[in-house]
Amino acid sequence: MEKETCTFSYCQKPEVTEVDCDLLIMGGGMAGCGAAFEACRWANAKGLKVVLVDKAATDRSGAVAMGLSAINTYVGENKVADYVKYVRNDLMGIIREDLVFDLGRHVDDSVQLFEEWGLPIWKKGDDGFSMDGHQARDAGKASLKDGGTPVRTGKWQIMINGESYKVVVAEAAKKALETNRAATGMAQNHYERVFIVKAVMDKNGKNVAAAIGFSTRENKIYSFKAKAMLCATAGAVNCFRPRSVGEGMGRTWYPVFCAGSGYAFGMQAGAELTLMENRFVPARFKDGYGPVGAWFLFFKAKATDSYGEDYCANKEYFDDAVARYGDYAKNLGTAIRNHLMMRAMRDGKGPILMQTPAALEIISKTMKEKLGEKEGAKQVKHLEAEAWEDFLDMAIGQASLWAARNIEPDKVASEIMPTEPYLLGSHAGCAGFWVSGPGDLPGTPEHYTWGYNRMTTVPGLFMAGDVVGASGHKFSSGSHAEGRIAAKAALAYVLDNADYKPDPKLSLDEIAAELYLPFEIYEKYKVYTTDPMINPNYIGPKALQARLMKISDEYFGGCSTWYMTSKTMLEEGLRQLDMLKEDAGKMAAANLHELLRCFENYHRILSVEAHARHILFREESRYPGYYYRGDFNKIDDANWKCFTNSVYHADNNTWEFKKVPYVQMYP
Amino acid sequence: MPSFVITEKCDGCKAQDKTACQYICPHDLMALDREKMKAYNQEPEQCWECFNCVKICPQQAVEVRGYSDFVPLGSSTIPLRGSDSIMWTIKFRSGLTKRFKFPIRTTVEGSVDAYAGKPEPDFATIKKPGFFNNPARTE
Repeated sequence: MEKETCTFSYCQKPEVTEVDCDLLIMGGGMAGCGAAFEACRWANAKGLKVVLVDKAATDRSGAVAMGLSAINTYVGENKVADYVKYVRNDLMGIIREDLVFDLGRHVDDSVQLFEEWGLPIWKKGDDGFSMDGHQARDAGKASLKDGGTPVRTGKWQIMINGESYKVVVAEAAKKALETNRAATGMAQNHYERVFIVKAVMDKNGKNVAAAIGFSTRENKIYSFKAKAMLCATAGAVNCFRPRSVGEGMGRTWYPVFCAGSGYAFGMQAGAELTLMENRFVPARFKDGYGPVGAWFLFFKAKATDSYGEDYCANKEYFDDAVARYGDYAKNLGTAIRNHLMMRAMRDGKGPILMQTPAALEIISKTMKEKLGEKEGAKQVKHLEAEAWEDFLDMAIGQASLWAARNIEPDKVASEIMPTEPYLLGSHAGCAGFWVSGPGDLPGTPEHYTWGYNRMTTVPGLFMAGDVVGASGHKFSSGSHAEGRIAAKAALAYVLDNADYKPDPKLSLDEIAAELYLPFEIYEKYKVYTTDPMINPNYIGPKALQARLMKISDEYFGGCSTWYMTSKTMLEEGLRQLDMLKEDAGKMAAANLHELLRCFENYHRILSVEAHARHILFREESRYPGYYYRGDFNKIDDANWKCFTNSVYHADNNTWEFKKVPYVQMYP
Repeated sequence: MPSFVITEKCDGCKAQDKTACQYICPHDLMALDREKMKAYNQEPEQCWECFNCVKICPQQAVEVRGYSDFVPLGSSTIPLRGSDSIMWTIKFRSGLTKRFKFPIRTTVEGSVDAYAGKPEPDFATIKKPGFFNNPARTE
């Protein structure tokens, strides 16, 4: 196919702005906000410039945009080594234990800061019942920092009133950036509504010299040059065809705006990836995708098939799982519980039900016995409000869906269902980049450390949050802490490389031409047909996404094949994906919004390609319940208890794969 | 559930320097029709139902209608976000109404002072564990 180029013969040339800084932070979610908070304090003392770029408004950007009802990682009274064990168990035995331990030893400080800044955290009252963040404050309950007792729903989780969680965390980050402006005299260092499209390499062939992107509000292009860069963007969502394909396509479990931009950025810079075959398929309330954690852990509700049977206790399913997946099955981690649920569903025993009425009945009975009729009823009402808050803080649509279907949880059980696949590295998944660890932990093997903490294999390119591989279960607090860890290390790198002057190998004109190519194509061809939506000369952002979703779903183990794939399926899917990738050279955008969607979807394509190629490389089914290799439907520790790492060479569109040894550092 | 804008209530944020819903939407969905001076959701099938446009609208002109794929008609979920708490009114299809009030923050909005009372960083520790304000735990 003939390649399209942009010479600005049809669309107008935008204004191009170059921004020079020492540390560039990409993404304004939890990790990005943590990075800004830590970085500015160090940077201010040395007059170093810190810049944060966010594609949305930082108050409500990232995975916590809607809010959260719990903080899933607070180590507190537990031991950090036990946190490592828990993460290892849930991620089927292969994690970077140095990264996970490092996260665990740092995370509490971030949670304590959130409380200091104003996040309401539930505390245990003197009567043993929970108090919300306002009640606890008014009763003079100690803060976490001063030994206050949080309300735990699991070993690592604490409950919060988190509607404004992100607003509070963003406020501290914005104030930090303001101090850096004062310290350096920069007029601006916080760019909202600027979308970073790709990395531009340095003429020296080693560093990333610039991150280039465009404003989604005005015709303006940016080239951010920095000595060090920290990618703190989200995982990839809506890459697979979702279960709801109409308006409900937006009701993804993880935020619909996570486009895999960080994966794409690092891949295009040639950074090494690890465990990109990993994915997460959460079991959530059907359609609304509301959280089930509080129902399982807090209300002790049970999930059963429609005959009331606990599918995890089904002997046939369980024995088969142990035969295929060994001791991993016996631990009943998240993946295995999913697997057993799917077995029941495939046998027609669905819908799978969260037995909310039974759980609430037991709670109501216990409360009334303990507190008497009146006080007991009051506590039950309080608990009911807490159950609704769990939805209203983080999955509002689930509350609306219950209301629309007249579901009162004390009267009717609710359906749960495994979702479409998600790629991420901070929640219960671990797909991302291979980064250097801290290096100081006893028993760290040599291949885990090469200088600066959280730096990729590309010098000066750091990662935090969703894009760091092999260390899941960080969640919101861990992502914030990891942003801080990475930012501090990145500034150490900046100080050690003070003489480095970024020299991008693309000129500003070349950058503008590349970023506005979809405009040029649209303007060039739009009059050829009466409806610009249907035109043989280009492909619009919606079509790009639809094609990607169909390929992923049908060949790479989506919902439609019950998460099943194989070598032959993957190879056919990759052939089709290759053509889609080529067609992306003919992306067309009618306006800035579509330009954003074009490049977001291109980032999704790259993320999915990495995912599929990794699944192809790993010849076993390491993550049953998330995906299956039908041709290797077992866990094969003898050959595959290792990391699978890859490098994408963007210049010639080739991939390199290798196995990297896993080392157990903690018992 | 896609957000929608009530024609009569939306004033295009005339008094503000930018439209509130457009400013806050994490997914760049809210747009302003400059002829009508009314906001609208330009891509409803990409709406995450985060309700940020609903919460921020100074005119209470934005609400949410259930995804047409799976939400029956007739219910509503309306937030009223104040400075320290949020009130929710949830109306079931059956007419049953539930009201809840939850805390949202314990400090005054804008009062966070990032580094007040915090130590200066010690550059001797920049390559060691710990943050500028606290050392890392050891176990």
